[in-house]
Amino acid sequence: MSGGYVAQQLINGLILGSMYALVAIGFSMIYGIIRLINFAHGDVVMIGAFVTLGLAQVVGVPFPLVAVAALATGAAMGIIIERGAFRPMRGAPQVTGFIASLAVSIMLQNLGILILTGQPRNFAFPDYLQKVIRVGAVSFRVIDLCIMLSALVLMCGLIFLVQKTRLGMAMRATAENLDVARLMGININRTIMATFALGSCLAGISGLMWGGKFGQIDPLLGFVPGLKSFVAAVIGGVGSIPGAILGGYILGLSEVLFVGLLPPIYSAYRDAFVFSTLILILLLMPNGLLGKRMEERA
Amino acid sequence: MLSIEDIHVYRGRTYVLKGISLRVEYGQIVALLGANGAGKTTTLRTISGLLRPNEGRILYRTEPNRKKIDISRIAPEEIVRMGISHCPEGRGVFSELSVKENLMVGAYLRNDKPAVLKDYDRVCEMFPILKKRPNQAAGSMSGGEQMMLALGRSLMSHPKLLILDEPSLGLAPNLVDMIFDMLARINTEGVTMLLVEQNAVMGLHLAHRAYVLEIGRVILSGTSKDLACDEAVQKAYLGGR
Repeated sequence: MSGGYVAQQLINGLILGSMYALVAIGFSMIYGIIRLINFAHGDVVMIGAFVTLGLAQVVGVPFPLVAVAALATGAAMGIIIERGAFRPMRGAPQVTGFIASLAVSIMLQNLGILILTGQPRNFAFPDYLQKVIRVGAVSFRVIDLCIMLSALVLMCGLIFLVQKTRLGMAMRATAENLDVARLMGININRTIMATFALGSCLAGISGLMWGGKFGQIDPLLGFVPGLKSFVAAVIGGVGSIPGAILGGYILGLSEVLFVGLLPPIYSAYRDAFVFSTLILILLLMPNGLLGKRMEERA
Repeated sequence: MLSIEDIHVYRGRTYVLKGISLRVEYGQIVALLGANGAGKTTTLRTISGLLRPNEGRILYRTEPNRKKIDISRIAPEEIVRMGISHCPEGRGVFSELSVKENLMVGAYLRNDKPAVLKDYDRVCEMFPILKKRPNQAAGSMSGGEQMMLALGRSLMSHPKLLILDEPSLGLAPNLVDMIFDMLARINTEGVTMLLVEQNAVMGLHLAHRAYVLEIGRVILSGTSKDLACDEAVQKAYLGGR
């Protein structure tokens, strides 16, 4: 096993990790503010992928604009999901919210099958993004570089927004104590909506990345990445944005290294590996790597 | 300034406030006294809009010659905008926000940055400890420091009416004295106050008038002086014989 091969696997792991991280952030932000896992979050990835496909390959919109549209669609979906499934449930027991978001997920998947059929569609990035760059023994496509860099830029932007702006301050205050946030004059409905929009826009753009990375998309595409990104969020400590990013990269890297470094016979077990990692982490660190102690946050 | 007219409030299925009426006049400090479960906190939460009364009105006006508005069905953020600031039970500082962010979140609705900064300086002058550690996470402060922070945060909205829920809770006696001195000073600077206090001695000492609540009803009211002399009050709340 050469050093070049390992380096290549590391790069692949970083690319996959960027995509997990982007989706995991949304899980964490939404959990952080309303203490609910949005099971429909993975389906926003799917919708982002189809919007990309439609605009880029059917309508022929230039790619940078498509990326903006994927972000915007993700944000819009987040708002719709919040208004439709979460706001009416506010104050209801947690289980109700979980079930509501599961219902939204099943609805979106079946709506997708109804409108788009279950037939997988080919999804290709334009040629200039497919060009292969070689650095020593390592090679990657232009789009891979774009995925890694844009994920970094988006994540830095998000952290800046959460830490340094008035909206971010309102989001952190609302996440900590809903009632006291209202006493400060914070409109919590608007703040929660903004949180959904922000978290979901990252899922929307990662739909673009997912589709392009794997070449085929179908309406059930969101399920597995959604589940794995949720695992990433849990590894990092659900509720924490840096935790979600860290968890995403750890998961992406370890998954790729698992497949790449072990004999090929094991690669069919990659998902089993991911979920065993989750069980292990939950046993050893129930609050994840960067998570706060749950009892403190209750 | 504030007059509550016969409010009835349920929390879930529990009938908590069974027709409470009270008045707060301009410039006064009014205390709500009573045992646990009498409905003091519920009264405050209803005023600030976190709870809605099933019946009754809460009339409020910022200036003596303005029209009275019924605020009983208005969202909390609008009530804050009208100049009512509620410093909640248990202080409720945002433990993951820094000291400075906690103060700034208190001024969340204000756009007049220079005036906000002026109030920030004023709060820091009142509580120098807050100025010394602007970047400390509020959760790592002591109980007394958190109370000062919560009080400072409430002042950052530049309230006309300050609602306080048990400011003495869990504080050492010297800190309670210090907080109550500060409340008296804030009051002389023109802020009207409605105060819930378990410590009836302190409450009656600070307040001009007081109401005594018992299981969701007002059973006594009057000036602090009269109430302090009242036999029933002495027996129930002041440790008298």
